[in-house]
Amino acid sequence: MNIIKKILGLVWMFLAPAIIWFLASQAIHKIAVATSLTRANVTLQWVIILTIFTPICIGFFIFGYYAFKGEYDQLSVSSKDVE
Amino acid sequence: MSLDIKPSKISLVIGASSVGTLIEWYDFYIFGMLATIISKQFFPSDAGTSALLSTLAIFAAGFIVRPFGALVFGRLGDIIGRKYTFLLTLVLMGGSTFAIGLVPGFATIGWAAPILVLILRLVQGLALGGEYGGAATYVAEHAPANRRGFWTSWIQTTATLGLFLALGVIILIRSNQGVEAFSAEWGGWRYPFWMSIVLVGVSIVIRMKMSESPMFTKLKSEGKTSTNPLKESFGHKANFKIVLLALFGAVMGQGVIWYTGQFYAQSFIETVCKVEFVQSRNLMLWAILFATPFFVVFGYLSDRIGRKWIMMFGMLAGILTYRPIYQYFLDATNAKNRTEKIDLANTKASEKVASVDSKIYSKLYVVQKMDTAYTDGAVFSYTKTDTLFLTDIVDDASVGSIQYTQANGVDATKLDTIKVKLKPANGTVLDANKTAQVTIASVSLKPNILVEKTMDKTTYWNLIWLVFIQILYVTMVYGPIAAFLVELFPTKIRYTSMSLPYHIGNGVFGGLVPFLGTLIVEFTKTADNPAGDPLAGLWYPIGIASICLFIGVIYLTNRVDKEVMD
Repeated sequence: MNIIKKILGLVWMFLAPAIIWFLASQAIHKIAVATSLTRANVTLQWVIILTIFTPICIGFFIFGYYAFKGEYDQLSVSSKDVE
Repeated sequence: MSLDIKPSKISLVIGASSVGTLIEWYDFYIFGMLATIISKQFFPSDAGTSALLSTLAIFAAGFIVRPFGALVFGRLGDIIGRKYTFLLTLVLMGGSTFAIGLVPGFATIGWAAPILVLILRLVQGLALGGEYGGAATYVAEHAPANRRGFWTSWIQTTATLGLFLALGVIILIRSNQGVEAFSAEWGGWRYPFWMSIVLVGVSIVIRMKMSESPMFTKLKSEGKTSTNPLKESFGHKANFKIVLLALFGAVMGQGVIWYTGQFYAQSFIETVCKVEFVQSRNLMLWAILFATPFFVVFGYLSDRIGRKWIMMFGMLAGILTYRPIYQYFLDATNAKNRTEKIDLANTKASEKVASVDSKIYSKLYVVQKMDTAYTDGAVFSYTKTDTLFLTDIVDDASVGSIQYTQANGVDATKLDTIKVKLKPANGTVLDANKTAQVTIASVSLKPNILVEKTMDKTTYWNLIWLVFIQILYVTMVYGPIAAFLVELFPTKIRYTSMSLPYHIGNGVFGGLVPFLGTLIVEFTKTADNPAGDPLAGLWYPIGIASICLFIGVIYLTNRVDKEVMD
């Protein structure tokens, strides 16, 4: 199971920037095709989405990195382990 | 450390924590449920900047600031204690909600109105971000290890009961006042906001009588409380990796399952299926009522068999069944599937009534209502509004009824001549016997059609059952989550550590379900298919829940932590 956890860590590390790239490309496309009347609103929506999900994806990348490094092989059983 | 708490104290601890949380949810929900009226009252009707502000205020602000509230109040809770922190969040929440009910409309104070509402909405979100972690921690720190899931599950019921209370109050006031009085600038929609101050007052009195959590008191007396909970929670790898695991392996999936079951379902039934306003809310109330006890059932069960698999099963069930459930919603409310049931004897169309636009006197609105009755008791009401553009200004609008020729497709030989009553802007229907001939320059190609569907009894109960099933999934993922989170972190940084993933998972991943769901449906709209795929919005919760399920199954353990008091 620990091997699977580590391999999946690589998957999460790949997935995180892929999500950011997907969202950014969608944002550029949707803002470009928006009409002048709706452009301000569409831009705002995508700015909100990117602002929220970029740090979350960075967190997801770190999660993947920790998984790859074996940090989740054995979860803590006492608070002393996490202090 | 063993806890020996009397049953009466247990009830008080749960009661005090739950009532406050219930009120906070109530306060939070009434804003969302009255969003349409609020946007009309506090924002100008034209597009542009107003749309920006309203989007910011209604969609984003309340949800996005919740993680910040978790950080601010979580830190306070780990430094000064649970009791005073969640007392503070309660006052802030109640005060800001009450104040929203006092803000004059845009018509009275202009741009100050939306700015004030936005600020108060931010305070609401911040307070809610601090409340839940405090209540869950407070109850869990009073609970024995083998009852922690059961005890904390009572807090979980409050999110649903708050929704229940908010829906109930709004329906009650709206049905007593009527739609017009309810929606007026100082109308009934403000009452739910004002009511919150009374509820908060009661809750403050109850909470003031409570003592601090025994574990926090012990830590404080030993001088072991954290001096910098933010650094210890997120700056130390050993704890931060658990925060990440909690978010990606449990809470983000729980958040989308919750918001899909309770919010997206309601929005879908109302805006996509067009089920009538009161009926759609009533069916939500029934489903919530039947499902709410299961929060406690699954909380209790999680003490016996562990938290993980109950939550994972809830996610899996949602992933597998959302699309068939929502497909049923569409099919059951689709008029095309009911053609053989039309009850012609009771199907009727009203007389067409025309009114002149209050600003452009060459623009006429012709409204006709048609009720299609079905043999099973369902009635689908269509209110069709044609917009007519006249060659001349209707300066003689006050003379009475008019005749106009309505274009029927492109074939000029199929023109219909109909007679309508003319209703001028002041609302007086004039003498129908007087007729003025006017020339129609054009008719809007797409008439505006408002649809309201009152469902038959069988379909109505089927809808309740299917919403109930979705809320049952919510109880699976949400019932054990408080105990699960509490057990992941040590006492001295628990409030901070558990609040952040909880509010990112729920406030961000969950809170954005209606918004992103709608956005995804927009993406599927093309020239060939202008309606798009109404089920496409479900890919967001299904996708997030799938990733979370996968991570949870692989990385989480199913143990119930006995060492939570350390």
